[in-house]
Amino acid sequence: MILSRVSRKQPAAGPIGPAAPARRAFIVRGARILFGAGCASLFARPATAATRLDFDELYAKVTVLGMTFSDKVKSLDGQNVTMRGFMAPPLKAEANFFVLTEIPMSICPFCSSDSDWPDNIVVIYLDRAQTFVQANAPIDVTGRLEVGSWTDPVTGFVSLLRLVGASFRTV
Amino acid sequence: MRILAAVLAATTCLIATADAATVYPIDRATILAGSAFDFKVEFAGVVKPEDVTVTINGEPAATVLGKDYEFIAKEEGVDASAVLLRAAKVTKPGMYTVEVKAGDDARTVQWDVYGTPEAPKAKNIIFFLGDGLSVAHRTGARLMSKGMTEGKANGRLAMDDLDHTALIGTSSTNAIATDSANTMSAHMTGHKTAVNALGVYADRTKDPFDDPRVENITEALARTGKKSVGIVTTSEVEDATPAAVVAHTRLRARKAEIVDMMFELKPEVVLGGGSAYFLPKTTPGSKRKDDKDFIKTFTEAGYTLATDANSLEAARGTNTGKILGLFHTGNMDTVLDRRFLKKGTVDKFPDQPGLVDMTKVALEQLSKNPDGFFLMVEGASIDKMSHPMDWDRALYETIEFDQAIRVATEFAKTHPDTMIVVTPDHTHGVSVIGTIDDDKPGEDMREKVGVYAAAGFPNYTDADGDGYPDKVDVSRRLAVFASNFPDYYETWRPKMDGPFDPAIKNEKGEYVANAAYKDAPGAVLRIGNIPRSTDTAVHAVDDGILQASGPGSEAFKGYMEESDVYRVLVEAFALAPAQK
Repeated sequence: MILSRVSRKQPAAGPIGPAAPARRAFIVRGARILFGAGCASLFARPATAATRLDFDELYAKVTVLGMTFSDKVKSLDGQNVTMRGFMAPPLKAEANFFVLTEIPMSICPFCSSDSDWPDNIVVIYLDRAQTFVQANAPIDVTGRLEVGSWTDPVTGFVSLLRLVGASFRTV
Repeated sequence: MRILAAVLAATTCLIATADAATVYPIDRATILAGSAFDFKVEFAGVVKPEDVTVTINGEPAATVLGKDYEFIAKEEGVDASAVLLRAAKVTKPGMYTVEVKAGDDARTVQWDVYGTPEAPKAKNIIFFLGDGLSVAHRTGARLMSKGMTEGKANGRLAMDDLDHTALIGTSSTNAIATDSANTMSAHMTGHKTAVNALGVYADRTKDPFDDPRVENITEALARTGKKSVGIVTTSEVEDATPAAVVAHTRLRARKAEIVDMMFELKPEVVLGGGSAYFLPKTTPGSKRKDDKDFIKTFTEAGYTLATDANSLEAARGTNTGKILGLFHTGNMDTVLDRRFLKKGTVDKFPDQPGLVDMTKVALEQLSKNPDGFFLMVEGASIDKMSHPMDWDRALYETIEFDQAIRVATEFAKTHPDTMIVVTPDHTHGVSVIGTIDDDKPGEDMREKVGVYAAAGFPNYTDADGDGYPDKVDVSRRLAVFASNFPDYYETWRPKMDGPFDPAIKNEKGEYVANAAYKDAPGAVLRIGNIPRSTDTAVHAVDDGILQASGPGSEAFKGYMEESDVYRVLVEAFALAPAQK
């Protein structure tokens, strides 16, 4: 199997939104490639040790007028962290972009017009596409933490916290 | 009547013709005289402008509509022509026959343009929208809140004493089924439309902001007088129901743009959740994709800002005349969580006001206007808790909604020129069927469901007289079930740890039972009866029950289409008296 990645500085955008088919980020030749969740750990893991970061440690303050990042989040900006959460249903089974949520999502904001994301999501840009895993099971995601508002140029998806160059495995 | 029947027969025949042109407003549209609406004809294919004729009651369209239309040779993304006229108006009431022709493509539709009496009957209207409010919600709320002895209710809900009742048909233009956008849009514009649409007919082009618009009540009131407008909800203020009071878009999900539209019309009082769409994208917690700061924009426009119950109390004493109260970044927590269980997101937003207090503040503020007001109050989470079949939360929400109605009926006692309307937008497939009694023998929860005589009466108590049961998880509680559901674990008990999340999506895109409830004592897997792609229980197509009191409300009776509700409102306000 040959998998070549289109190089880009920013995290590769995933198949979210109509204008962003997976083919944009990846050129897949030959058979359809599916990375089973169990294989994830075989692929590149970040070289440096990752600090564990929990959902309830993300924000120091949550108010109607906005949220304030915690000191821990600010201090880990640019470093490798591991977060445990649930993969929100993506539009396609195979993706390199997904949303990590604290609790399993019972709705799909990408699909349903009357549903919306929780406040404290983290957007995951995978190192390479991996298949969606059973939503009833938590996953551990490891990647480099990026802090601050960023708009995905391909999908228009705005995120505040991202793990980039990430990989995940089932717990 | 016979003429109308003949026209209906003729137009019905034409509907059956394949590839006929589509006309907006649609056939049998009811239009408030003098209201602005976009006129659009979508031809089935590409036509030549010289072949197009549009007549209304035999006259050229421009003569009746006030302006000439624009011809669009080829619509964006569609291989077909159209004609479009923005903000058309018909001022003279009557039946109008619109005949459209381009070669073989012909269509005839009929509009009913209605006027109103000369003099208003009501100065104020308080419009209570119980989102998803069904008969079971009322029955369940009455049983929980008031109790029952020997088959008779021990007390009455505020809505039980409203004078007039009508059955409301909630269907949309594109399906018998319906959602909160198109239904509230019908209430607020007098035009039915398609699922997910607000203040527009749903045309064939992709752009969610180019669809043919119809006037909403806020615009009608601004056009005809100086009444104030208030919006109170427990959802995000840019969610479908409150959005229908101000917005025009094919897609209710365009919440950021809906906030822009809300600011355009500047309702005097806006209270609810949804601050995330008011914050610029750079602010953590924002859900906008631009740098607009609507907190700043609204406050600069003279609004007093409140962000919790405490600052709402302070805002009620100010004299700015305008209040923006945003008490949550998303939907506000349910009353069961806010007042009793402290679950949901109450730890993050501990001081959210309830619907009763918000209604009081809104009435106080709006009633300062000598010209009167229109206030919309939504019990949003009756629906938001009925979707996941969290019946205890849905019934507590109904009790809170009813207590807000009580505030209005008290207000009407000193302001008899006030009409009160209580209505759902759509219903849910929900029924109270008996009780669940923990003290029945055995472990099998199904055998603890009391039906017929074995149901007895529930044992909720209300020692403090606040209208809510002192305890939700009593030993003999209401048995409430949905007619439709995804796969889920039935736990037979109130969800004490937070709102129910029955199903979650698996890797095949199918909703499966949420395993988090698998080990609840007595939990049973129920296999769903709706498509596996559906996340939660769906809206019912059943009629809704509207009740109303006050001047003008006698017009509510029998079966009415949801779009007919608007006519009663504008007649009570006399928004289209005969032109002198």
